[in-house]
Amino acid sequence: MTDPASLASEPLFGLPLAELWFGLLFFIFATFLFLDGFDFGVGALFATREDDDEREQLLAAIGPFWDGNEVWLVVFGGAMFAAFPAVYANLFSRHYLLMFAILGALIFRGLAPEMYEQRHDAAWQRWWGRAFIVGSLTAPFFLGMFTANWLLGATTIVTLPGLVVGLAVVALTVVDGVAFLRLKTRGDLREDLRTDGYRALAAYLVLIVVTLGYVYAAAPALRSSLFSAPVAALVLATLVLAGVYAAATLADRYYVAFGAAAGLVFALVGIVAGLMYPAIDRAGGLTVETAIVSTLPLNLMSIGAAVLLPLIFVYFAVLYSAFSGPIEAGESY
Amino acid sequence: MIDPVLGSRLQFALTTIVHIIFPVMSMGLAPFLVYFTWKDIRTGKPIYEQLRRFWTRIFAVSFVVGTVTGIVLEFEFGTNFAAFSTTAGELFGGPLALEGMMAFMLEATFLGIFVFGRDRVGDVLYMISAVAVGLGTWLSAVWILIANSWMQTPRGYELATENGQTIVHLVDPIAAYANPRFPWMFVHMQNAAVESVALFMAGLGAYFVFRHHVWGYSVENVGFWETTLKIGLVALLISAPLQVLHGDLYARHVFETQPQKFAAMEAVWETESYVPEYIVAFPTSLQDLLDPRAKDIFGIGIPGGASWLASGGDPQATIQGLNEFDGPQPPVAIVFWAFRIMVALGFWFVLLAVWGGYRWWRGELLEDDLLHKALMASTPLGILAVELGWIVTEVGRQPWVIQDVLRTSDGVSPGLTGAETTVTLAGFAVVYLGLLALYTYVVVRIIRAGPPEVDGPGVADPVETPASEVQVDD
Repeated sequence: MTDPASLASEPLFGLPLAELWFGLLFFIFATFLFLDGFDFGVGALFATREDDDEREQLLAAIGPFWDGNEVWLVVFGGAMFAAFPAVYANLFSRHYLLMFAILGALIFRGLAPEMYEQRHDAAWQRWWGRAFIVGSLTAPFFLGMFTANWLLGATTIVTLPGLVVGLAVVALTVVDGVAFLRLKTRGDLREDLRTDGYRALAAYLVLIVVTLGYVYAAAPALRSSLFSAPVAALVLATLVLAGVYAAATLADRYYVAFGAAAGLVFALVGIVAGLMYPAIDRAGGLTVETAIVSTLPLNLMSIGAAVLLPLIFVYFAVLYSAFSGPIEAGESY
Repeated sequence: MIDPVLGSRLQFALTTIVHIIFPVMSMGLAPFLVYFTWKDIRTGKPIYEQLRRFWTRIFAVSFVVGTVTGIVLEFEFGTNFAAFSTTAGELFGGPLALEGMMAFMLEATFLGIFVFGRDRVGDVLYMISAVAVGLGTWLSAVWILIANSWMQTPRGYELATENGQTIVHLVDPIAAYANPRFPWMFVHMQNAAVESVALFMAGLGAYFVFRHHVWGYSVENVGFWETTLKIGLVALLISAPLQVLHGDLYARHVFETQPQKFAAMEAVWETESYVPEYIVAFPTSLQDLLDPRAKDIFGIGIPGGASWLASGGDPQATIQGLNEFDGPQPPVAIVFWAFRIMVALGFWFVLLAVWGGYRWWRGELLEDDLLHKALMASTPLGILAVELGWIVTEVGRQPWVIQDVLRTSDGVSPGLTGAETTVTLAGFAVVYLGLLALYTYVVVRIIRAGPPEVDGPGVADPVETPASEVQVDD
């Protein structure tokens, strides 16, 4: 701990805190997209299952986890507000209607499983099942649109790359959801899911190639970043991880496939961060250095995050180990 | 099309008014759930397992609806109040981030174990989960109220102008976050949450006890509902008097730190001493009914009462009138009435607690009584009092979003259009009112289903079967 008086003038230990928070912000976003991503994927796969028992298994798989997973989005919003308040203000007010579309989708996605289990008659479950599916598909789609617009500095909500990235993120959450469900299920369901995973992975790779092609062709400002070492390495990593995912899924190496799915999500978010830096809000003309808060609050937040983030991983470890392995018969949402 | 400023204010008001119900339920239930879990693990008595499982179901639904409505609030600062977010982000963003990392994470992860994990984890980890969930809900209030109290009595900052925008810089974190308002708000809020849940429990218990013992219907698990009624009454006996005493001191603190809000609470226009405390007050002319500047009020007042309240015992004390403050005034009629009804409810809850306690002491708690009806009617009134309290707090400090620093109208996102605001306001009105209806529906279903069946001898049967008991299928 440095001298308390210096908290107001010098960054802690002379660290490049603005860049660290830029990285941390995307790390939190990636963690959210990976963790809540498999919840979204489970919602999308819910649409492909007709059997009541299988549907119950899908809901039981995410039951104990989704709340904690979704909190990462709250932490992302809070971290952005605390570290880059101008970006928080510009970005969310510029994407006004899109933000509310995301929030609306999350409302239905969050509410639906709880409601689905409240009554066991067909009409009620049909409608909440639909709400679950629609919320689970639209939330990642809109999040993808938002991210693409953020990266490219778009000032309109509906853009072509936004739509493509939206679909790519939906496909990625299905890849993620399959990997998670293959850890949590048994028997026929587990076997059937394999095909869903391959298809979603193929769709994701095609959509990502289209997106990168678009960036190369139509976003000259980002073209040089595309060939920077970190971004190029992450693109390459995506291809390798896709191979690992496919092979591990074929060989029933469930944890390896799940890890590869996580890697794919982190690689995608890493590509976005790499393309964006040093800007953090292109349309608003803000860079990481201009948007960061002053030294005192930044130092305080850094101390807070350094203490709390490891603790949060302990909570998650406790939660996920308490509910590890395939769901048992009789476990329900 | 609605004006973006008005629309943003209405939208934020609507989303907070609906949202607050769910955290009140979860914060209020948290200590009860910790207690039930502890007793369940220690004694193994079926009644505690029933209490734990029944109230956990209500807690879980409250938490889910609270989560989905609360995420919206966090992002509304960015979408609708971007100018506020830019200006105050340095002081305001930190507490929100810490709420997410410190409180919400703790609550949400351990809730998974608490709701789904009784058969998966041992007693120790299960008990830790109950405490962690409860601690999480309360810590959440700590950070939200640190942020809110800073807006009420801002300290520890400096103003600077950057790129033509006023920016609030943090200079003294202790002054900013260990804010004079914070302890007042926190105690008042947490006690209000416990009191609200106590009223909810007592009212619910009274309903089934009344049906069984007075109307003579055969109610299943009547022992469970008797226990619920008693637990609610005990909690009410502790929380209701505390709330009134604390509220009195809190009002004095408001007078000292936010005189404009205090004047609005009392509708005092001209600076005066020996100001009466109006129990009720109306304008003498109907045209003035909605005019907050109406001066010709007819009312019944306690002479010197408001001065006494403001100063802590001096009926001659001077109260600054609203006319002394420059610029727009808060909507006085709303603040005045919200404050009065809240205070009246606070006294009513004390009366209920004493009344119930007295009947219980006399051994008459289960008998035909007006008390049961009064408790039933009061089931949702704790939450109503919380809403009114927040209306006094938030409407009373208008036109300021940060007291004396930034006006609410200057905090709205600059690029926002009337069309955008109208669309989202209409959307949220439908979704939030729908959520409220759905929540009510689900809670009523949980109540109808009653406590779960548990292994063991079941709950104690009522001491004696009432003579009037008639077997009626319901």
